[in-house]
Amino acid sequence: MTAADLSLTKAHADQLFRRKRLAAVAVPALILGYFAYIFVAFNIAGLAQRANWDNAVTLASDSWSYKVHVTRSNRTGAMDYAVEGERKGAYPEGQRPGWVTGEDILTVDLGSDTLVRLLPDNRTEVQVPGFGLIEAQAVGRQVTTNLGANVPDWISASDRRVAITSPEGRVTITGSKTEVFNYFPGWELFWFTFESPYHGHSLTEILFGARIDPTRANISGAVQDWWNNPMWRHKDVVWAIGETILMAFLGTMGAAIIALPMAFMAAKRFAPFALLRGATRRLFDFLRGVDALIWTVVLARAFGPGPLTGALAILITDTGTFGKIFSEALENVDGKQIEGVSSTGAKPLQRYRFGVIPQVVPVLLAQILYFLESNTRSATIIGAITGGGIGLMLTQAIQTQKDWEEVAYYIILIVGMVMAMDWFSGWLRGRLIGRKDG
Amino acid sequence: MTHATLGAGEMPKTVDSIQTSYMAQVRRRRLYGGLTLLIFVLLMVSGFNIADGRNAGGFWDGLGNIGDYPADVLSEAWEKRAALPGLMVKFFPALIETVNIAAVSTLIGATAGLVLSLLATRGLARWPRLIPVFRRVMDLMRAIPEIVIALMLIFVLGGGPVPAMIAIAIHTAGALGKMFSEVAENADLKPVEGLASTGATWAQRMWLGVVPQVAPNYISYALLRFEINIRASAILGFVGAGGLGYELRNAMAWGPGRFGEAAAIFILLFGTIVAFDQLSSRYRNRLTEGYGQ
Repeated sequence: MTAADLSLTKAHADQLFRRKRLAAVAVPALILGYFAYIFVAFNIAGLAQRANWDNAVTLASDSWSYKVHVTRSNRTGAMDYAVEGERKGAYPEGQRPGWVTGEDILTVDLGSDTLVRLLPDNRTEVQVPGFGLIEAQAVGRQVTTNLGANVPDWISASDRRVAITSPEGRVTITGSKTEVFNYFPGWELFWFTFESPYHGHSLTEILFGARIDPTRANISGAVQDWWNNPMWRHKDVVWAIGETILMAFLGTMGAAIIALPMAFMAAKRFAPFALLRGATRRLFDFLRGVDALIWTVVLARAFGPGPLTGALAILITDTGTFGKIFSEALENVDGKQIEGVSSTGAKPLQRYRFGVIPQVVPVLLAQILYFLESNTRSATIIGAITGGGIGLMLTQAIQTQKDWEEVAYYIILIVGMVMAMDWFSGWLRGRLIGRKDG
Repeated sequence: MTHATLGAGEMPKTVDSIQTSYMAQVRRRRLYGGLTLLIFVLLMVSGFNIADGRNAGGFWDGLGNIGDYPADVLSEAWEKRAALPGLMVKFFPALIETVNIAAVSTLIGATAGLVLSLLATRGLARWPRLIPVFRRVMDLMRAIPEIVIALMLIFVLGGGPVPAMIAIAIHTAGALGKMFSEVAENADLKPVEGLASTGATWAQRMWLGVVPQVAPNYISYALLRFEINIRASAILGFVGAGGLGYELRNAMAWGPGRFGEAAAIFILLFGTIVAFDQLSSRYRNRLTEGYGQ
């Protein structure tokens, strides 16, 4: 190698290094610039003002706790005790929580010496430790209090409404009613509502104890009441999860069944007509490109909301995806096996069955099972749009903006469902493809 | 499989007995295959019937109407075809927002996925004892559908692109983390050892020893994810997270009279998805085949 060659190589190397150095600076700078643009475009600086932190606190605390409403109508004086203030969670007539005492003067013990006394004449006294006694009276549509002009920020008082929020609970007084919220950790009435005779009984009592409801056997009765629990709607939830999995299953398998023969038409090796091949490929591209969102919207108009629409939307989108993947797999098959099969005098259909299918099956199965898992997630999302499955229940629960414990319950179920499907598809993949190898 | 049933080491078998045992085996396999197929067909048919029964409209009734909505949209869009380019310009900012959501969430998700994957790969992990922890974290991030996080964040942060961005980024981090970690498992450890001998820190060993080896694969996966995320960001828009999906829902809520807008959005969305699919598949081919040589 001469000196001239060396200097040329060195020049090349220097140039390469310069380019790499430039890239090492330019790429991060570009990404940084892009983030700066996004920061402005998404108005991230203004996010803090738009964000509603009260909502975040409600969400975080409500998802693992429940509240019992004690309500006095300031018109009739009638008392109401209900979990989450829902009719379905109301205490039966003549019963009330143990932390409410007294007859003419009701004392609600919120805990930590925080007491609410409901007195005659629509008067309410709230005793907060370290603050003193707050007195309020509802007169007509007005609320009068002993609070002065300077109230701490955990009290909001106007002449129409007084709200006191303490760490132990909340008191809201308006002209029409006085409401006391008492918070407790846990998911109340998850197993049985107050209507069920099994409420308040332990598991061992139900399993081994004496018959609680004389008309039914303990275990079947308990299962029945749990299944039909009106608060948590276990029956509907199980059905919804079933619907979601059904959407994913029908969509994935249907797509695979339709895409397999079509993939032959799109594979160079099996489709002699370039025109047909091109048309099939464009069809796959179209089905994939339109995307599940648009298919859902279009199909919902024809079939109405429900799991079938979701299944068909998944089916159509995935036919495009599978068609592309399958035809690529078909193009990569080994020709020798087909030759071998045809040398035995096999007809074309037999050649496909014994020469091609065994080669591509592992690839196809792996893809189908992977999509089955991923479509469970898609079905949740599509369900929210098209109105079926656990996705819809979740959206509805979030939109009501109060049943956060139900939202938490659904989220746990959804994550569990996706993980179970992930595990199941992995297990099936191991069984089916592993068996081929073994 | 066949060897085991023939029973090596026993008395030499006659051709007949070999044939009968082979035929019995074939019959058994056919029976199992047939049974599996039967169960599968039963599942499909009963599944279809259940789905059909729980749907608001029946499958066979709706089948004839399947073309109605597209026909309505297309005919109205055709009547107003002069306005179509204008509408497309009007919705272009929404399209940019949808693509931006996908791009940012892919960038953030891929970065987080890179770190998570290195922390969860045997031989590379910073804290080998925490590998299972990081793996479970990735599983969890992957398992939560984007819509769950998006809806909760919309409740707290209000509508707009940020909830969708965070939701998609979390899912992307989990999904890419798993794929990245599978690639990183096959990385050559010699550069890492070499760097370790010079006293490089863990971050330096990873950045200089591992990342250059796996970068083409990682970028290829990230591009694939970007394609998926464009679709996801359009769908999340539909539940209130801004962008093209949001505009589509508004246009659809108006029904007839606004089909021109719906058609413009359909075209934009379709065009974007196809264009990015093509672009990324071309670039991914270049990455996997190697370029410059």
